[in-house]
Amino acid sequence: MTKASTGGKKILPSDITPYERYVSRRALIAGGLGLAAAQSLGGFASRAFGQAEPALTYVRNADLSVKDKPNSYVDITTYNNYYEFGTDKSDPSQNAQKFRTRPWTVTVGGEAEVTGSFSLEDILKPHPLQERVYRLRCVEAWSMVIPWIGFSLGDLLKRFKPTSKAKFVEFKTLYDPKQMPGQRAGVLEWPYVEGLRMDEAMHPLALLAVGLYGKVLPNQNGAPLRLIVPWKYGFKGIKAIVSIKFTERAPRTTWAGSASNEYGFFANVNPEVDHPRWSQATERHIGADAFGPRQPTLPYNGYGAQVADLYRGMDLRKFF
Amino acid sequence: MSPRVRWVLKPVLFAACLIPALRLGLGVLDATAVLHFRGVSLGADPVKFMLHSCGRWTLNFLMITLCMTPLRDLTRSLLWLRLRRMFGLFAFFYALLHFSVYLLLDQSGKIGALWQDIVKRPYITIGMLGLLLLIPLAVTSTVKAQRRLGGRWTRLHRLIYLIAILGVWHFWWQVKKDISQPLMYACGLTILLGYRAWKLRRSGAVAGTTAAGLSSARSPRSDAA
Repeated sequence: MTKASTGGKKILPSDITPYERYVSRRALIAGGLGLAAAQSLGGFASRAFGQAEPALTYVRNADLSVKDKPNSYVDITTYNNYYEFGTDKSDPSQNAQKFRTRPWTVTVGGEAEVTGSFSLEDILKPHPLQERVYRLRCVEAWSMVIPWIGFSLGDLLKRFKPTSKAKFVEFKTLYDPKQMPGQRAGVLEWPYVEGLRMDEAMHPLALLAVGLYGKVLPNQNGAPLRLIVPWKYGFKGIKAIVSIKFTERAPRTTWAGSASNEYGFFANVNPEVDHPRWSQATERHIGADAFGPRQPTLPYNGYGAQVADLYRGMDLRKFF
Repeated sequence: MSPRVRWVLKPVLFAACLIPALRLGLGVLDATAVLHFRGVSLGADPVKFMLHSCGRWTLNFLMITLCMTPLRDLTRSLLWLRLRRMFGLFAFFYALLHFSVYLLLDQSGKIGALWQDIVKRPYITIGMLGLLLLIPLAVTSTVKAQRRLGGRWTRLHRLIYLIAILGVWHFWWQVKKDISQPLMYACGLTILLGYRAWKLRRSGAVAGTTAAGLSSARSPRSDAA
């Protein structure tokens, strides 16, 4: 599967990586025990399935982690927005169990010296995994705290040697209506597209996740590879990435393209700029006291000290 | 009213109409860890679940209420009209519950926040309007009020058409992207209101023909329609 473009540096195919072993074990479990459990036990399946997820080797990055208490594994893996598997929060955990994440290829293109198709193993091999506990704020005004396992997006992007023309980076989700029933409906334009400005993408907080709670990422959370940009609304965190492209112009991202008055390219968490139909000033924290008060939303989701400089001088009402 | 309807059918239906509320009640006990039951969990976001459930049941009962007259016409049975008030009051009950969850649980009882939402968010404005319009209908739902108001009662209770439109519109406007569910309600409502328009036009045509017989200067309404 590995192919490098002319003149570019070839990224060597790897031996069997620990990750690969995990994933093949995982497929076995998904095919047998996990699915049977999912079908017979309903709500309890995710818990049982979760315990069966293979563990990953990682170190904890305390500097980039928040101190907040993470949400439960069950909440994180059963309350998902992933329209490729349905628009209800419970749809992804039900419909994504059979999703095949192996073999997986990521195509890299655009304004970079190293381009081509890379197997997931090639993408992951050089990057030691870290655990980072991040806040997640959905554009629908709810929030969670999630202990992701992954590595900095910037570390991967540097390997492709983006040229001076690369001002943005665009990501695409897999398009496979056979496996992703949501893609058979025209709710959004498929495949899902997201993007970042290069300086945002190179920020150390921008994370590519392959796991959570120390285990391989469940399918409903975006396996095998997803983006996390903790200071932006959750929809920027594109899942099941198959394409990375460096571009000179801002990519047309899915939500911004579908309703440009409601969703912007930047989508930075901002309590002062409301969604046209609802307030962004507060959020309901999932898993907190179920009937307690909403909590105030913080600018940049609480990451202002680290990222506000990226947007200095910009009119945040215009570039929302 | 026959005793079978009064003492059997109506109590059974009444209990059935309470099931969604009871289910939410058990869910609250589950979410607050008082008691645990299989299959009643309100999920990761209990407040949103309750809001959506009560909203849905308000719409369901509005639709059921609006089905009673067509069912009477179709079956030529007056039984349906004896059930209509109960269904209408359940629509009001779930609308009130929906509003209470929103005000007391979602907005923590802050009237200021509620007012902000009513003024700033059109979908909340129309939802609120629908709820307010339901109040006079609930208040005048008694037989006594019906007798006292006479013909005005019928005219007042036609507000239910407007309320149902506001309800479906409120639902449509708040979904993020997938409009398939509100679209289903909109289609159902179109049929139910369309039936009434069709009946009105037909009876108008009949009345018009008679009127034309009496006064040749006035054209039949069927021509204008």
